Amino acid sequence: MPDVQSTVDPSEVAKFEAMAAEWWDPTGKFKPLHMMNPVRLDYITNQIAAEFARDLSDSLPFKGLRILDIGCGGGLLSEPMARLGAEVVGADAAERNIPVAQVHAEQSGLEIDYRHTTAEAMAEAGEQFDAVLNMEVVEHVASPIDYLTACHNLLKPGGLMIASTINRNPKSFMVAIVGAERVMRWLPVGTHDWHKFITPAELEELITRAGLRQVDKKGFVFNPVTWSWSISARDLSVNYVTTSLRPA
Amino acid sequence: MKLDSDILIVGGGLNGPALALALGDAGFDVTVIDALKAGTRGEDEFDGRGYALALASQRLLKAIGVWDRVGDNVTPLLEIRISDGKPGSGPGPFVLEFDNGELDEGPMGYMVEDRFLARALLEAMTAHPKVTLIDGALVTAQEVGPASVTLTLDSGKTLAGRMVVGCDGRRSGVAERAGIGRHGHDYGQTALVCAIEHEKPHHGVAHQFFMPPGPLAILPLPGNQCSIVWTESHAEAARIHALDDAGYLEELRPRFGDFLGEIRLAGRRFTYPLNLTVADAFVADRVALVGDAAHGMHPIAGQGLNAGLKDVGALAEVLTLAKRRGEDYGRIDVLERYQQWRRFDVTSMVTATETVNRLFSNDNPILRTVRDIGLGAVNAMPSLRRGFIREAAGLTGDLPKLLQGRQI
Repeated sequence: MPDVQSTVDPSEVAKFEAMAAEWWDPTGKFKPLHMMNPVRLDYITNQIAAEFARDLSDSLPFKGLRILDIGCGGGLLSEPMARLGAEVVGADAAERNIPVAQVHAEQSGLEIDYRHTTAEAMAEAGEQFDAVLNMEVVEHVASPIDYLTACHNLLKPGGLMIASTINRNPKSFMVAIVGAERVMRWLPVGTHDWHKFITPAELEELITRAGLRQVDKKGFVFNPVTWSWSISARDLSVNYVTTSLRPA
Repeated sequence: MKLDSDILIVGGGLNGPALALALGDAGFDVTVIDALKAGTRGEDEFDGRGYALALASQRLLKAIGVWDRVGDNVTPLLEIRISDGKPGSGPGPFVLEFDNGELDEGPMGYMVEDRFLARALLEAMTAHPKVTLIDGALVTAQEVGPASVTLTLDSGKTLAGRMVVGCDGRRSGVAERAGIGRHGHDYGQTALVCAIEHEKPHHGVAHQFFMPPGPLAILPLPGNQCSIVWTESHAEAARIHALDDAGYLEELRPRFGDFLGEIRLAGRRFTYPLNLTVADAFVADRVALVGDAAHGMHPIAGQGLNAGLKDVGALAEVLTLAKRRGEDYGRIDVLERYQQWRRFDVTSMVTATETVNRLFSNDNPILRTVRDIGLGAVNAMPSLRRGFIREAAGLTGDLPKLLQGRQI
């Protein structure tokens, strides 16, 4: 896979700016991601801060940490990590996302290394990180075990991976496929293939086989009354997230 | 784009400095732009203006390091007496009494003079390493970019920040420049505000007499002094305000009664036309409104500043949590959390104060009977009374952490 790190072609800037505006419009096409983002960030920032003994009320709490955001899209997670002081690499297999994310980071005054590449290619090149964010990716890859092994190799010893995905059960079919795609139209139909969803037990087994040690798991729960997401210690029935460490 | 500050606050009254301190404590770089020169606030002479701070507001001021600077210049509100009155006959018999013996937390609030609160806020801002004050400056333009907002001052200087907060009052320029409209109406009433000295001690008791033209509030200040908020129709207020001090007191005496002995004026006299003005939105992209800029309400329950400080606590908490997550906290989706938090509370308070005002500001004998029965009924039911006391102390609802006396 080619490693595309080109600066943005000036003639294309307007188009990418429009696409960035679309990615970052809280009421637009990516509304479900924006609604979920605060709880995802709460989880990610608290796990990283706890593991590396950082205080989130400091001005740049993640200074000195190298973080990889896999499946970075428009940069919804990469930008917050950079804002907290981390050195961020955002990787996406979809080439069109890279200039879009670059344009937006520039508008935000942030320096982020966005690359058109995959976890496997980066692992092969020997890149290493303190933390790897692997959010809503594993249900889309062809071989979860190969992918998670690459994530393991991308971590420095003692490094931490945060992985979120969707459970596979009748409820998740109703919520994530019927609800989110067909009724609410939050996501394009066909975004998810229910058969590729992974149960928490299966994910832990894959993570362990990849050489990592799972240390935490939580649910992300949507409350249709308050119209907001929260973190649950017990309810992992649809969206959930785990933290694992590469043994030092 | 190089930013001058994280957050720009327009308005150097009370809410603006309080917000600046709360945000500064949370690690934001803040610039406050005040239209007045710094020396004109917190002047030495008592001007008669005072605030009934709810307990929750006092906790916020304590948490941001302002309360200790106010020092002993406060009067605990130990009791509130509400009664129906009629000019000429003085206050009616006390029919509704709230006293702090029914509240575990201590006094239900404090009276503080404007000059002491304004000075304490100014001193705290000056001492705060994260807060910069630009005084005597007007904002002439406000431009929102993709990740920042730029203000132009009348000096020609420009200031860029991640967002701007309008703490600039009922005719908020920040709201207007952001294209946020307002709704409201004139209550047909003007508040006459002054301070008086009286012969007998007030024992920390606040009074609210409901008179047909509007309520008369008597709020205890240090020593034998009270702050008076006296509501009349526009025409009547204009007539009374035009009188000399002796004539003014002649008008006040029959309404006030003689329970505090002889009274005389202590300080200046002010008038405030009463109107309700609520912004159509409390936020826009990179813009948030706080206090009267968001909701200028009837001062009947003394809730103007208290509601503003609730806004301060809620906005500071939303922005601080967003910053700790690494979010771009000036974005509309972050600011909408603040709006959602405050809007319901403000709407219900506006409705409640309007209903009370309409019910009490008249001399209809039927309504008079209804409200006498109502006041008596509330007084006879301890649990309902305690509910009112907690409401008056600002201890109800989804309270921001600073108003619980906790750090964010």
